[in-house]
Amino acid sequence: MNQYPLWKYLLILAALLAGLIYTLPNLYGESPAVQVSPLRTNLKADAALQDRVGSILKAANLDPELVMLEDNSVKARFAGTDSQLKAKDALAAQLGEDYVVALNLLPRSPRWLTDLHALPMYLGLDLRGGVHFLLQVDMKAALTKSLDSATEDIRSSLRDKNIPYTGVDRDGDALVVKFRDADARSKGEAEIKQRYADYALDDQDEGKEFHLLVTLKPEAAKRIQESAVQQNLLTLRNRVNELGVAEPVIQQEGADRVVVQLPGVQDTARAKEILGRTATLEVRMVDETHQATPGSPAPFGDDMFKDKDGQMLFVKKRVILTGDRINDAQPGFDNRTNEPTVNISLDGVGARLFKDATRENVGKRMAIILFEKGKGEIVTAPVIREEIGGGRVQISGSMSSTEAQDTSLLLRAGALAAPMQIIEERTVGPSLGADNITRGFNSTKIGFIMVAVFMIAYYLMFGVISVLALAANLLLLIALLSMLQATLTLPGMAGIALTLGMAIDANVLINERIREELRNGVTPQAAINAGYDRAFATILDSNVTTFIAGIALFMFGSGSIKGFAVVLCLGIMTSMFSAVLISRAIVNLMYGRKARLAKVAIG
Amino acid sequence: MEFFRIKHDIPFMSYGRYTTSISLVTFLFAIFFLATKGLNFGVDFTGGTVMEMHYAQSADLPKVRAQLAETGLPDAMVQNFGSSYDVLIQVPAKQNATDSKLSDRVLASLRKQDSSVEMRRVEFVGPQVGKDLINNGELALLLVSMGIVGYLWLRFEWKFGLAAIIANLHDVVIILGFFAFFQWEFSLSVLAAVLAVLGYSVNESVVVFDRIRENFRTMRKAEVSHIIDNAITRTMSRTIITHGSTQMMVGAMLFLGGETLHYFAMALTIGILFSIYSSVLVASPLLMMFGVSREDFIKPEKTETQEILP
Repeated sequence: MNQYPLWKYLLILAALLAGLIYTLPNLYGESPAVQVSPLRTNLKADAALQDRVGSILKAANLDPELVMLEDNSVKARFAGTDSQLKAKDALAAQLGEDYVVALNLLPRSPRWLTDLHALPMYLGLDLRGGVHFLLQVDMKAALTKSLDSATEDIRSSLRDKNIPYTGVDRDGDALVVKFRDADARSKGEAEIKQRYADYALDDQDEGKEFHLLVTLKPEAAKRIQESAVQQNLLTLRNRVNELGVAEPVIQQEGADRVVVQLPGVQDTARAKEILGRTATLEVRMVDETHQATPGSPAPFGDDMFKDKDGQMLFVKKRVILTGDRINDAQPGFDNRTNEPTVNISLDGVGARLFKDATRENVGKRMAIILFEKGKGEIVTAPVIREEIGGGRVQISGSMSSTEAQDTSLLLRAGALAAPMQIIEERTVGPSLGADNITRGFNSTKIGFIMVAVFMIAYYLMFGVISVLALAANLLLLIALLSMLQATLTLPGMAGIALTLGMAIDANVLINERIREELRNGVTPQAAINAGYDRAFATILDSNVTTFIAGIALFMFGSGSIKGFAVVLCLGIMTSMFSAVLISRAIVNLMYGRKARLAKVAIG
Repeated sequence: MEFFRIKHDIPFMSYGRYTTSISLVTFLFAIFFLATKGLNFGVDFTGGTVMEMHYAQSADLPKVRAQLAETGLPDAMVQNFGSSYDVLIQVPAKQNATDSKLSDRVLASLRKQDSSVEMRRVEFVGPQVGKDLINNGELALLLVSMGIVGYLWLRFEWKFGLAAIIANLHDVVIILGFFAFFQWEFSLSVLAAVLAVLGYSVNESVVVFDRIRENFRTMRKAEVSHIIDNAITRTMSRTIITHGSTQMMVGAMLFLGGETLHYFAMALTIGILFSIYSSVLVASPLLMMFGVSREDFIKPEKTETQEILP
């Protein structure tokens, strides 16, 4: 009666074997490593790069334990941090600007484990040290920006069609287009409706003036905001790349927030400076019909900006193109004059816009304006010599080579579509992270030993079986966490300890049931059977409620709490499996065969 | 070894009035302290900056305070954290002072005084984040409660669901009462512990309820109170052993887990202790009060005992 069919034993064996394999990498630990990744998308990490890294390291007399190619980066593992740091310097010096060289940790597990994708658990920032930022994207600013550029677009299309209007102004979230009569307004309305599908139009009569209220349709506003967040994510990714972090996490959270996690980064001031650089770039035409003097107001349709030498210039409000059209920017030298230059390559739309603008404005000056923290400064205002097509732009004139380098970095790192603000920061130093691991590990270990000793003393052989099941539970839980690469945080480690403490409940229920049945005079075999069968419904019920709590925590928790919830939920599943199936399998193997079992050791 | 070899059922239900009054009084005390003292919300909820600094030698707190006051942070809270080498600095959220650059300023300023200082941890939480966290916490509490009531209703009967959730929410309030009384910091991980306790301590009620249901079937002629007494007495051993084991784990965390896990484990400890009490001595009397009877189980009789793993 207490026999499992063969397939059940095999299933349990397979689960335990898989558990063992995926738990193993955690025991090997990690070694310091250097990671080389290409900075730009057109570069790929390939075998050639791997060879290059290998030869640079050889030349520097460094002997890596392993050089390998993985996820578009080349990683080299070292025995100590000393050679790791030397290797980083050597590689950074030799590979130049196109590659990011970052410090990292690589698992020390043997090759066959890595081939099975058996990796150690992914440690959260509170365990490995690093910085976590939560940034809020200013969505209102993204809309305002798009309305501002619509103002100019509407003006020029009305002008193109010779529709008389008296003004286009932004009023909060709406644009007001003013006409002299109803006829012009209806013409204008038709024109705008045809050209700009994103806007809702509304007639409004204010005394003698005929107004047309232009507002963004909700779906268009949503689209603009979504793309603003996407653009910011991309920009942040570029900026973080410049920072040289091995495994950064940059992802959207909710509608308007972005999470940035930089494992291993300690210099938070620099990280914040680079992330928080709210630079946006705009290309506009210089208004040369007016001479700018300090203190004088800008004429209608113009803005006034200073250039680097402090000279004032009037610049038209109409934006030709913004920084998000820039694909790449590199410092260089002009072939003829040998002057330092910045070479920009634009994307398709940017190239067309730039070509149109330069064709119409040959001989005039164009300003490249950099906005930081709401203030604009003219980076350079060169004269357009000819129509520039093909999207390749060279900026030259009165620049030192360092300036060219800085400007190109700034252009390359891109602009933010909307300003962002850091609303949460969590930094954990590496020593605290290591302490946290030791503490979490120790409390789990001590707790486990105490429970084991008690269970064995109290339930004798069935206590041993329960402890074996509990150990299997721990094995499976760690294997699952490693397999899923779920982030393990300090609360997550607490979750492991807690689920182990709770998992023993199932075995206690079973053991108590068996004892009770025995006391009622049932034979041992029948008592074991009844104990497992009757306890199961209770075990299921009591686990489901904890599972509900785990799910709720996962849905509403953030960061480290999510880690706790994941462990809690997974732990409940593994504990059901091990407490019921595995412990029963051991019992069956030990007692199941004996037809006449007189006594079982359950205390 | 066996701790509980009890021959006769303990008449728990006849003490029902006393046990429920005791818990009512504790509950009212908890409410009182929550109302008068309130929870000492951590930076997770209020917004602000917390910094943990490590010095190479014992830190001189007055000097640190003076240095911070010079930096323009006279209201910063400075205290030892774990050891005399570690200092915890808390700056409450203010419109102007708490921007994300604050921690850099503080570190730079303290470095001037003692170059050995090392930043171990920084947490900056903007006020809008804290507000979100409180909202999410409330939502999670609501969801867990509703989920548990729903599940117990499905598995047993509405009377059981209601009795269990009242008993366990009363545990939650008592945990919060402790945190209010001692003014322990109520952080995000404490909230997680509270919610975990809610799910966990329902276990306790479920085990007893399971036995009650079973007894309704097997003890055909017994009184309702006798059925409940028998169920509690016979599950008592399991209750104590299970919670003892869980508490061993939690206790290890409480003493060895460091400052971060301390209050998390504290909330669990209080929760575990009170959940034993409440599920036995509160939930069951409540069940009696709601008038549970054999008729409640006439329908689901067939399948329940036949559940075996595939």
